[in-house]
This record gives sequence, structure tokens and C-alpha cells, in this order.
Amino acid sequence: MGQLKINQNLVNAENAKELVKLCPFGAIGYDGAKLDISAACKMCKMCIRKGPAGVVEYVEEEVAAPTVDKSLWKGICVYVDHAGEQIHRVTYELIGKAKELAKVTNHPVYALIIGKDAAKSAKKLLRYGVDRIYVYEDEALEDFRIEPYTSAFYDFIEKVKPSSILVGATNLGRQLAPRVAARCRAGLTADCTVLEMKENTDLVQIRPAFGGNIMAQIVSPACRPQFCTVRYKVFPEPKPSDTESGEIVLMQLAKEALASNIEILRKVEKPKDVDISEADVIVAIGRGAKGEQIRAMAKELADLLGGVLACTRPLVEENIMDAKHQIGLSGRTVKPKFILCLGISGAVQFAAGMKSSDCIVAVNTDKNAPIFDVAHYGIVGDLCEILPMLLNQVKEAQSDVQ
Amino acid sequence: MNILVCIKQVPGSSNVEVDPVTGVLKRDGVASKMNPYDLYSIEMAMSLTEKYGGTVETITMGPPQAKSVIVESICMGAKKGTVLSDRKFAGADVLATAYTISQGIRKVGKFDLILCGKQTTDGDTAQVGAEVAEYLGIPHVANVLSVEEVKDGKAYVTVSLDDMVVTESVQLPCLLCAENDINSPRLPSYKVQKTVTDDLVRFISFAEFEDQDANHYGLNGSATQVERIFPPEKNTEKHSITGDSAAQAQGIFDLLASRKLI
Repeated sequence: MGQLKINQNLVNAENAKELVKLCPFGAIGYDGAKLDISAACKMCKMCIRKGPAGVVEYVEEEVAAPTVDKSLWKGICVYVDHAGEQIHRVTYELIGKAKELAKVTNHPVYALIIGKDAAKSAKKLLRYGVDRIYVYEDEALEDFRIEPYTSAFYDFIEKVKPSSILVGATNLGRQLAPRVAARCRAGLTADCTVLEMKENTDLVQIRPAFGGNIMAQIVSPACRPQFCTVRYKVFPEPKPSDTESGEIVLMQLAKEALASNIEILRKVEKPKDVDISEADVIVAIGRGAKGEQIRAMAKELADLLGGVLACTRPLVEENIMDAKHQIGLSGRTVKPKFILCLGISGAVQFAAGMKSSDCIVAVNTDKNAPIFDVAHYGIVGDLCEILPMLLNQVKEAQSDVQ
Repeated sequence: MNILVCIKQVPGSSNVEVDPVTGVLKRDGVASKMNPYDLYSIEMAMSLTEKYGGTVETITMGPPQAKSVIVESICMGAKKGTVLSDRKFAGADVLATAYTISQGIRKVGKFDLILCGKQTTDGDTAQVGAEVAEYLGIPHVANVLSVEEVKDGKAYVTVSLDDMVVTESVQLPCLLCAENDINSPRLPSYKVQKTVTDDLVRFISFAEFEDQDANHYGLNGSATQVERIFPPEKNTEKHSITGDSAAQAQGIFDLLASRKLI
């Protein structure tokens, strides 16, 4: 750990200008005599790597760097996301990934389940090859309330000391993971799209960053446990095995740890909406799909193919489409068999939400659009011409069948 | 009822790109704006004080320029605001950011309710709110659709869970993270903007914090480290469908047909 130091004696008008321009966060200022770094600095160290040599330096601070004995932390744990007895499928996806990661370090794989009838639900996990399933079961844990759930989770961490913890990025997981991570003073990386394991048990977490077309590789080298959240449909779901294996461990929690300042008064099931993340076929439209007519055709095509219409963030921001139909980091992650992207440039935030789709076809007028980097089939062409023709062909083919 | 809203200044555009040759981040101007998700929590705070009395304050962490989002919030009706700004806060991850904000909140005062937006458009993590609540030792609820009522020291809120809408009561003080698109945020008043004076925006630096251990802030206080940044991987299995529009439409049709989707 350290900080940036400016060697003012090496600063001249020319290299100062270069540095001011280089900083991606506008944190470097020059008043004609002195170069200054403001609080906008994100410590990306671009000024050192790419700037004039020696002007900005990284100075290690003489502080007792936090250290951790990594050998005391063992195992990869998956938090079991569930509503009553219904286990969220992201849980199985994460167990599959955890088993893959555990092979590198020869660690056990754990599952943690918290709830009212948690032991019953735990049995469903026995076919997924988890070594141990830790269960916190109590009446007070019937509904998700942040304090008792955090207490149970934290109790598990203190007793079992897992090295890595994988949590599904559901509405529930997104509240619970940060709360527990903060209590552990541990690192947490949201919405990872790639996970890898180093031999020294550091979890390599990769996610899109800085809101743009950049991927960041993130580690927590001096902290245990390591927390990450992963969205549904990012990793493949493993097949259950024919035989059961693993041990169910019932855990005890002191009554006072179950206290809460939150009281659940009423629960209403949400009406079953179109869930784009479950669709096999998606027609997705972006800003390039201009005009109501084009969008209506896209919808018709989606309907004919038995799929759904989805969109990018700008269309939601402009109130053209509902947020439920949005693909991307701030929307849904999808993994259909076929996705047709119409007039979508393909920002990394969008791509992160759909790039594991089986077959990606993109139509865009700009041959340099980043969507062509993720598409399996790229079509540089005019949507206004291609879409009506395609729609007609599909209609004809379907009427032939009838 | 006194409400504090946590807000953030974000880049005006999300089009940050990496030059594939030099690895340098390409800056797309320096225009910035208020995180759009925060507008809903400010609106929620304003309508609550209109109903129950009290005042709204805002707080942000960032460079000195972040003052402009505080001014914008004052133009929307907040009474005053605070910018937590210090080079020691630079390079903070979720953990260090949340800790810094919680220290700042302790410095600013006591509040019945602390509101956050769902997430920011630049970080997109949706985690800072929950961690701030943990460091303040108060309950929090995320995905809040509305605050129905505040009565007897409790807030009655409706919450969007994955497949349920839940009504619950939460003891004050508490922290709520508002959902997206739950109200129509008021526009900032330009009349007010003309009257905003410097004393309405307070700057707090590390020196004023209660916890003076520099290892809890910024890069030093961050548990996570960015090992490297790189442009997203490109798909290696790539085909292009060329020809005139009719040929291209035929190409898509054939793909659908070969996958038995038609």
C-alpha cells in the first residue's frame, strides 16, 4: 500500500500537460508552476505507467500491511438462496463453479443454508456433490430479515473459516453479502462474470468496471474470507448425480443473535411477469432500432419465434421499454439459445448480460461496433431493410407449416 | 423527521474505453452528473418531509468538484449538504467507501432515516448502502418501493424481493435503499440555484474524522485490489453474413431454421 508522489523538480509545462490529459479521471491539475493530484484520483497509476518517466512515483508507505494466515481459511462456500423450500437455481450454478475452483486448491466445498425449514431444503443439495451443508434453522429465520441472517452467516464464518464465499446476486443476496462482508471487514466483488482460483487460495474475480468497456481483475490478497456475488445464468448449471453424498451439519445460534428491528407484516406474490432470463429466444433492440415501426416488427418477430423482446439501458432510460426487459449489468443476465441483437452497439455492460448465449447474431450499420466482438454471426447492414424481409420469411414459413 | 440522502457524482457518459494498443483509458470528456438512481431517493426524502416535517440533507464522497451534485440536491429541496473529500480516500473499494461514508455521517449528525439509491451507474455494485448501515449499526432494507407511513418510531415500507412484494416495519433510525423508477423526481429549481451560498456545502476531510487510522480509508483501507484492467475478450468464433439485405435476411433465417427455431 502506498501513495502517489509528484517530483515537482521534474515537472515542466509540456509533461504537465501530457499528464493532465493522460489521467482518465481528471484528477491531475497544473496551475503553471505546480502539479497537483486531487481526490478524484482512483489510484489506477496510469500516470506512472504511461506518463513521463519519474514525474509521478508510487511510494510504498511504511505501514504494517494487514496480513492473514491463509492456511487457517479453508473451503469454498456457496450461500443457498431460497424462498421457503424453493432453492434458487443460481445456487446450483455456483456449486458447480465452486467445485471447479476447489480442485485447484484441493479445498472442500460447503453450502450454507439459513431458514425455517432449512434442513429439509438442505437434502436437495445432496445430489450436487457438496462436502458439507451447514444449516441454521429457527422460527425466527422464516422470513429474510437482515440482522438475524447476518448473525447466522457471520457465526458460520467465525466457526468454519471458509476461504471464499459465493453468493447469488439476487435481491436477497445483494443485501446480505455486503452486510456480512462489512462485518468481516472483507472484500466483496459484485457481479463477477469470471471466477478463477490461484494456488495460494486467492480468488480471482473478473467483472466489468468503471461503467465502461473495461474488464477488471480483482483479488483480496490480504483478507479472508473473500466474498463475491454472481448473477443467475452466468455459469452453467451442473447435472445432479444419481447418488447422494455430503454431510448435513446443524448449527446452533444464540437466541439474542436472532433479534431484529424489522417485522414482516404482509407478503404478496409478484404477478408472473415476462422473465427475459428464462427465454430461449430473444430479439434485443438498442438505440439503433429507431422508430415505433421497427420496434413493432422486432416484437412481432420475437412473438413468432416464441421468444421475448428485450432491450438495452438507453431504451429504458428514454421510457420506450420497461426496465424488466433490460439486458445488462443494471438489468437482467440472459443465456438464451438464440439472441438477435438489432441496432445495439454492444457496450461491455450490455455484453456482460448476454455473452454466454449459445448463438449471438448482431445487425448493425457500424462495422466497428463492439457488438461484433461478442457476436457469433455479424451482419453489417441496414436493419430497416433486413428486418421486414426476415419477418416476412418467418411468417411465410410458419403459414406453410399450418 | 430528519433525513440524510447519500448521493454520488458519476461520469456523464459510460463510454470509457481502453486503447487496445497502449492500455490507456480513453477519457470521454470530463462531464459528470448526479447518479440518476439518487434522484428517486431525494424525491422520496422530500415527499416524506413534506408529509411529516423535518429536513433533508445530502452527503457525497468524491473530488472537490462533487460539490455540484450537493448544489443540485439543494436545488431539489435539500437544506444543505456535505462533501467528504480527501486524497486519502482515493482508490477506495466498497469496504473503504462505505467506512468513509459512515465516518462522515457520524460527523454530520444524527438522522432518523438515511436513504441511498439502488446503485450507481459507474460502479453498478449496489453494495455500499448495506455496508454503510453495518458500520452505523442500524438495520437496512434494500429494494424499497415506498415508505407507506412513519409512525411510533417505525417506518412502514414495501419492498420488492425476487418473487414477492413484502410489507414490513423497520425501527428508526434505519437505512433504506430505494428502488429505481418509483416516483417522478422533481426538477431542480433554478431560482434556488441563484441563492445557494458556499456555507450550505460543507467539506469534511480525513483530519476531522473520529477514526484517525489512515489504514481504514482509500486504497490502504480497501480489501480488494485491482490486479489489472483489460479490454473484454473478443469472441473467436466469428462469421459474417455479407451480401445485400435480402441475402443477409436469408442468412438469419437459415440460422433460425438450422436451430429448429422456426
